[in-house]
Amino acid sequence: MKRLIAALLLVAAPVFAVTPEEILDDPALEARAREISKELRCLVCRNENIDESNAELAADLRVLVRERLVEGDSDGEVIDYVVGRYGEYVLLKPTTTGANLLLWIAGPVMLLIAGGVGFVYIRGRRTAPDAASEGLSTEEEARLKDLLKE
Amino acid sequence: MIVELGHFALVLAALVAIVQMIVPLIGASRRWPGWMAVAEPAAILQFLLVSFSFGALTYAFVTSDFSVRLVVMNSNKFMPMLYKISGVWGNHEGSMLLWVLILALFGGCAAFFGSNLRDTLRARVLAVQASISVAFYGFILFTSNPFLRVATPPMNGEDLNPLLQDPGLAFHPPFLYLGYVGLSMAFSFAIAALLEGRVDAAWGRWVRPWTLAAWLFLTIGIGLGSWWAYYELGWGGFWFWDPVENASFMPWLLAAALLHSAIVVEKREALKSWTILLAIMAFGFSLIGTFLVRSGVITSVHAFANDPERGVFILMILAVFMGGALTLYAARASAMEAKGVFAMISRETALVTNNILLAVAAFVVFVGTIWPLVAEMMLGRKLSVGAPFFDAAFTPFMIALTAILPIGAMLPWKRGNLTRTMQPLWGALALAIAGGALVLVMQTGMSMLAPIGFTLAAWVTMGALIDLWSRTGRGDLSSKLRRLRSLPGADWGKATAHTGLAITLFGIAGLTAWESEDIRVAKLGDRFEHAGYEIELRDVREIPGPNYVSTMASMAVFRNGKEVSVLHPEKRVYPVAQMPTTEAGIDNGFWRDIYLVIGDEQSDGGWAVRTYIKPFANWIWAGCIIMGFGGVFSLTDRRYRVAAGARKRRAAAAAGVPAE
Repeated sequence: MKRLIAALLLVAAPVFAVTPEEILDDPALEARAREISKELRCLVCRNENIDESNAELAADLRVLVRERLVEGDSDGEVIDYVVGRYGEYVLLKPTTTGANLLLWIAGPVMLLIAGGVGFVYIRGRRTAPDAASEGLSTEEEARLKDLLKE
Repeated sequence: MIVELGHFALVLAALVAIVQMIVPLIGASRRWPGWMAVAEPAAILQFLLVSFSFGALTYAFVTSDFSVRLVVMNSNKFMPMLYKISGVWGNHEGSMLLWVLILALFGGCAAFFGSNLRDTLRARVLAVQASISVAFYGFILFTSNPFLRVATPPMNGEDLNPLLQDPGLAFHPPFLYLGYVGLSMAFSFAIAALLEGRVDAAWGRWVRPWTLAAWLFLTIGIGLGSWWAYYELGWGGFWFWDPVENASFMPWLLAAALLHSAIVVEKREALKSWTILLAIMAFGFSLIGTFLVRSGVITSVHAFANDPERGVFILMILAVFMGGALTLYAARASAMEAKGVFAMISRETALVTNNILLAVAAFVVFVGTIWPLVAEMMLGRKLSVGAPFFDAAFTPFMIALTAILPIGAMLPWKRGNLTRTMQPLWGALALAIAGGALVLVMQTGMSMLAPIGFTLAAWVTMGALIDLWSRTGRGDLSSKLRRLRSLPGADWGKATAHTGLAITLFGIAGLTAWESEDIRVAKLGDRFEHAGYEIELRDVREIPGPNYVSTMASMAVFRNGKEVSVLHPEKRVYPVAQMPTTEAGIDNGFWRDIYLVIGDEQSDGGWAVRTYIKPFANWIWAGCIIMGFGGVFSLTDRRYRVAAGARKRRAAAAAGVPAE
């Protein structure tokens, strides 16, 4: 319960996420920092990015991101640097490496399957279905043949 | 004493539910009218007993009876009455009691309105509904009893979680549960139909209002939750793709798919087995949602009940009901032979496409939600799946859905002609694209979000209006207007709900693309400019509330030197719960919200202040409300009342004929 309250405290603490003193003077660099921050998870929070989080760790990460940017890192380099330190848990947008590929292609593959099944079904509905329900079974057909022969 | 009676009533309700689960089911399979007839009085008695039980718990909260453990942990003498009442369901045990109350309410409604159903179908529906109740009574009585007492009652309670002390969130759970549990009716109807071995147009007509009602409540519940997040969490986010939000969003998507496919069953007697499967899955996802929220298996802001024992119990309920339902489905679904024939280009095809897009979209949300769990258990990778993934993976489905919506909505049943259907729509399409291009030219930056959002919203809205207008037939304006008024509720509901969807989508696109923010330190009396507005920090003072202390700022907003409004953003501290919250100061507007947040006092005497301009924010929730109205209009359609009586006569005539 204590851990829970602590977590809720982090969520709700009415201090700012990004505080005035964190903001970089260069607006272009600051804009990049904001975009990067939205892709990084606040590690101690529940499903919050560091841009929105009020936790101290998130503030540290925001400062870290800005430091790297000021030193001239590209966006990708900054993210790699943070992932190197904290692991892929920090990424809100998972990579496409290894089994994660499944996550990314699950939707498109499912859409193809569903589309295919749907197409076959719809094509099947073009013909009168009564033929199927009222159609003859193989035994009946055999009997019919016999009868017709007679 | 009343609390003990409530507990007793709950046990009795569970016993009644057991009877209601078994006796009518046997009666239906043996065709014993007396046994089948047990279902209705049992359903109503069960509802009365749970109501009493829920009333008893509410009484304990209202009178602040601190000898009850749940009241101690979730209430406080000084809380306003609204939150004392909402505290009943603002916790795990109470919310599960609300869950069974609503379950019994739906069962009672089915018994009450169900007189025109086939006797066997009614008995089976009520029995299946009771079996769900039995599972949840067991869950409450064995793992989450709300009526436990404490040995030494304290003088005061520990307060309700302050985040929940808010009017938006007070009503969020009841609406959400009405939606979740409403889908249990669709589930019960699906299982009963499988047991009967018969699905016909009448079945589709019966399932649809329940689904519609559930979808309508889910829409409002999700809207309320999102609105709450917007003004309460302090930065104006409205959707986080949090597991708990996804838990409510997946049933919403499937319910939307179901209420479209049920139309095909009703009008064309096709898509039967798919509709049954959807009905099963929609409720299945409600159960999965309950599992995700209640077990805390995927940690999130909302998971305030971390208890593995409960998680395992709900997982068992989920396994039994989904496993049983899907096995039954596998055994019986092939018997549901479709009757209607239709061409490749037809309304049926359009609705199948709608269903594919909605169901796969729900699947994407599902995979994204459970992926961290799968990755950790199977692969040993600890990773996150957050908003950027869902934005990228989910949005294309909504774009495709809205792009084809107006065409599909106007295609005729059975056999259509694209050229003819598009004829009245070309103008709307051209206008929508031109509008989107204009938005692209006028906005700063090259983000495609707003232009696409605008184009699709305009396309869907105009399409809905053209569809409605085309329903009025030929003739002069006055006769067309007269016919417009007397169009069936379903037509109005369709146009209204689609327009609501368009408005919500446009609100989301506009807000996301165009919001602007300003973060600074302001001293008292400072005036600063942001996005054409001037904002003055006038005053900050401490104000005591009923059960909190507030730091309230007074900030004036000017436009062109004229005062627009004075806002009072607050931060509150709840001393009992030891928790702070933010209350943003919001000036709601048609075109934009001005959203002010007051932060901490700085060492130099200034205050940290955040200013947001949020364009079209209110369109998001206005759209939800309009979608809700669409559902209401559709529910008022005559055919649900008139045709019901006709079916009763037919059913009476066909009595004694064995199921197909």
